Amino acid sequence: MNEIPTPENIGLSREDLPNSYIGRSVPRPNLPKLVQGLASYTDDVTLPRMVHAAFLRSPHAHARIVKVDSAAALAVPGVLRVFTGADLAKVCDPWVATLDHLKGMKSAPQHPLPLERATWQGEPVVAVIAESRAAAEDGVAALAVEWEPLPAQLDMETALAPGAVLIHPALGDNLVFTRTATKGDVEAAMAAAHKVVEATFVTGRHTGVTLEPRSIIADYNRADGTLTAHHSTQAPHMMQGVFAKQLRMEEGQVRVICKDVGGSFGIKVHVYPDEVAVAAIAKVMGRPVKFVADRFESFVSDIHARDHRLKGRIAVDAEGKILAFDIDDLTGIGPYSVYPRTSAVEGNQVVNLCGGPYDFANYRCTTTVVLQNKTPTCQYRAVGHPIATAVTEGLVDLAAEALGMDPIEIRRRNLIRDDAYPYTSPPGMRFEGLSHHAALEKLLAMVPVAKIRADQEAQRKKGVYRGLGFASFIELTNPSPFMYGLGGARISAQDGATVRMDPDGSVVVLSGVTEQGQGTEGILRQIVAHGVGVALERVKVVTGDTQTTPYGGGTWACRGAGIGGEAALQSAIALKQQILVVAGAMLQAAPESLDIVLGQVVDKATGRERMPLGELGRILYFRGDTLPKDLPRELVQTRHFITKEYPFAFTNGIQACWAEVDAETGLVTVLEHWCVEDCGRVINPLLVDEQVRGGIVQGLGGALYEHCVYDGQGNLLTTTMADYLVPMSAEMPDIHVGHVETPTRESLLGAKGAGEAGTAGAPAALMNAINDALRPLGARVTEQPFTPACILQALGKI
Amino acid sequence: MSQRVEITLRVNGERVSRSVEPRRHLIDFLRLDLGLTGSHAGCEHGVCGACTVRVDDEIVRGCLVLAASLDGAEVTTIEGLTESGEVADLQAAFVARNAAQCGFCTPGMVMAAADILRHHQDADRTAIREHLSGNYCRCTGYQAIVDAVAETLESRR
Repeated sequence: MNEIPTPENIGLSREDLPNSYIGRSVPRPNLPKLVQGLASYTDDVTLPRMVHAAFLRSPHAHARIVKVDSAAALAVPGVLRVFTGADLAKVCDPWVATLDHLKGMKSAPQHPLPLERATWQGEPVVAVIAESRAAAEDGVAALAVEWEPLPAQLDMETALAPGAVLIHPALGDNLVFTRTATKGDVEAAMAAAHKVVEATFVTGRHTGVTLEPRSIIADYNRADGTLTAHHSTQAPHMMQGVFAKQLRMEEGQVRVICKDVGGSFGIKVHVYPDEVAVAAIAKVMGRPVKFVADRFESFVSDIHARDHRLKGRIAVDAEGKILAFDIDDLTGIGPYSVYPRTSAVEGNQVVNLCGGPYDFANYRCTTTVVLQNKTPTCQYRAVGHPIATAVTEGLVDLAAEALGMDPIEIRRRNLIRDDAYPYTSPPGMRFEGLSHHAALEKLLAMVPVAKIRADQEAQRKKGVYRGLGFASFIELTNPSPFMYGLGGARISAQDGATVRMDPDGSVVVLSGVTEQGQGTEGILRQIVAHGVGVALERVKVVTGDTQTTPYGGGTWACRGAGIGGEAALQSAIALKQQILVVAGAMLQAAPESLDIVLGQVVDKATGRERMPLGELGRILYFRGDTLPKDLPRELVQTRHFITKEYPFAFTNGIQACWAEVDAETGLVTVLEHWCVEDCGRVINPLLVDEQVRGGIVQGLGGALYEHCVYDGQGNLLTTTMADYLVPMSAEMPDIHVGHVETPTRESLLGAKGAGEAGTAGAPAALMNAINDALRPLGARVTEQPFTPACILQALGKI
Repeated sequence: MSQRVEITLRVNGERVSRSVEPRRHLIDFLRLDLGLTGSHAGCEHGVCGACTVRVDDEIVRGCLVLAASLDGAEVTTIEGLTESGEVADLQAAFVARNAAQCGFCTPGMVMAAADILRHHQDADRTAIREHLSGNYCRCTGYQAIVDAVAETLESRR
């Protein structure tokens, strides 16, 4: 085993080797408990002496809290305590969500419960603690709060105008962040272009709707001075640091445990004031406090996202070559930037990603991020990507239309060549290796374009309007410290894995990345079984506990497989090497002449079985006296991994959508959808395919149904699942997924992220399909969601 | 809320007697009073289907049924359905096809799919999609779930 491991000599993506699991569609180890109802989500945990929190939430978008009278609430049977912002400020420090590398960014201090003013409808203001959740809610209903309603700043378009309501007067204005990226000479390119087309795009405010609501049990033990949080989170180590800092504790005094997490999509990677309040209350009361958001609370207090307005122009020459993109993005993020990732990242991503798949010389993109009195926004699945892809691909289709060019042809002429890498994009993103043309060709092999065009033509004659839309995209995965750490946030870009062999020859892996349904534990099991040389069933995976797993970032921004997977592979290989040193001593053989296959130490040359790992473990752990005294005996290895050469591992792909628009009702039906994506090495095709499909459905949901709608006073109107519509099975089509594999050379594993590709491209592909359908009717839509009303307005019917 | 209602019913084949508040929903009764945490409260408005359980022979929303109304009823949850082996093949198909991601919707989805297996054996993919439209899944994209149900129906034919 002295040879340096390479993807070839460790058999990656080979299914013909007995111990080769990387690249195979094998089931996840945690599925049986999920299908049998035996999982353990945070709300399933009950602790001795546990009490329950409920929150009074602001009924106003902006109001002064004049007086809180809790006498009646405290008289409710079962109610134990009431906490206001002033109560919690004594034990919990406020936070400010800015990142140093986002130049000029500003935001205001945020307390777990506000001290003087509520700044969005739904902001938690007073906490009631009771013996049961029902009693706590009774207590909330009995609270008497006197409010002084204040004018609210709702419209992001006027947030910087003279006369705007200053949400935090100390900041001077409502500007959080602005950035312009420029390359080349956009004005000259526009002036010299054969065609310039422009449009304004809107992406509707969405939220994640994890089916399991945000949940936490915080338990402060006064005897040993420790806080243990059972938390439905994507980033347990980050939350460990946050709880410690805000509650004035050492990080070592805080333990965060996340067992099964019922969906995340970025929603559960942020610091929520109600959750910090619960931790602070647990510290005051010295007992476990549980809070599980109900669905109304989820809609008003889970982060929202995607509330952008973009004005875009594209310039092309007579051959369809893209000369320039010029984009102006505006987004409203609510009254606070969300800690600690900040709410400027989505806009910043738009600047980084517009035009991403294409080779062009002139670029200008500005994002302006402003405050408003609505629910705070922050990073949600595919942060900024569906926005950038919608404006980019919408403009490319408009240019093709202006030129009379086929949408496939204009993409073929402009996508970055597959042999052009490494490549730096106009806003400065560095691509190690992408496969736009290979992906396009693969997509065209899957989509029966000629048949579809013939059907489209035939249907139009019958008054049925169908359209085919395409969207190429890039996706940012495997983030380095350039994403957050550089700006001062204690968010780990590095991740670790500890792999050990126990006496019976079974293997345990402890990982800093986490599982929220993506299949993290499944792929870690495959990687470690492959790397050590044991059967899948002999590997147990442990994640989601800051006390036992190596420090790491958790699972977000498509880093679980690429970062956590590589750490697991490296530690598994190190363990194998160590096992072979021990085996060599026992068998009087050179370690490099041995191998491990399916739990057996074998002669590498002949495959002859020499010793099962269980026997090796028995001798090592229980009869170590029979082994050489100086033999290294550590059958446990830890490795960490961080990307080094590139700030991000970009992936790419292309989607196609075939949709029908009912010109009478405005209803859109997605008939079929395709996606080809390149996430580098595919560890488990079964998992990747359904991840991509789930992402596409979430993207289609945002483009068709999902919308956080506010009234003129800043009240959120969509606060139940009957009002905020997410896709159901009957509305969604069968989705075809294909892959191109361009492994990253940053790691041995070669994996990049796959979880956000579907969401990144689906809305744009659908928009282009709708506009292809509407073209003979002279209508066009660019404002999501594409509801029946939106379509009928475009058709001039309402 | 001092008034309470005495109920006796069978849950997963076992006789259960409890005194419940009139406002106690079935999902809270199962989770909080009986410790049956396999059924989940997702929306509490009867929309998402995560709390789907069987009462007598019909699937219902556990968040829309009051426990006080269930004196004498026969309730089956995911725990009881699993124990009986009635849908072992369906559950195996869910595992094989990765028809669950985070798993929060899955017990309700399996209860709804079990209803297809009992009452709609001729369902095609479109009918399966229609029948499961009362059960939201935010992770999978539904296709693997439809595949798993279709495969189980086919193997039972």
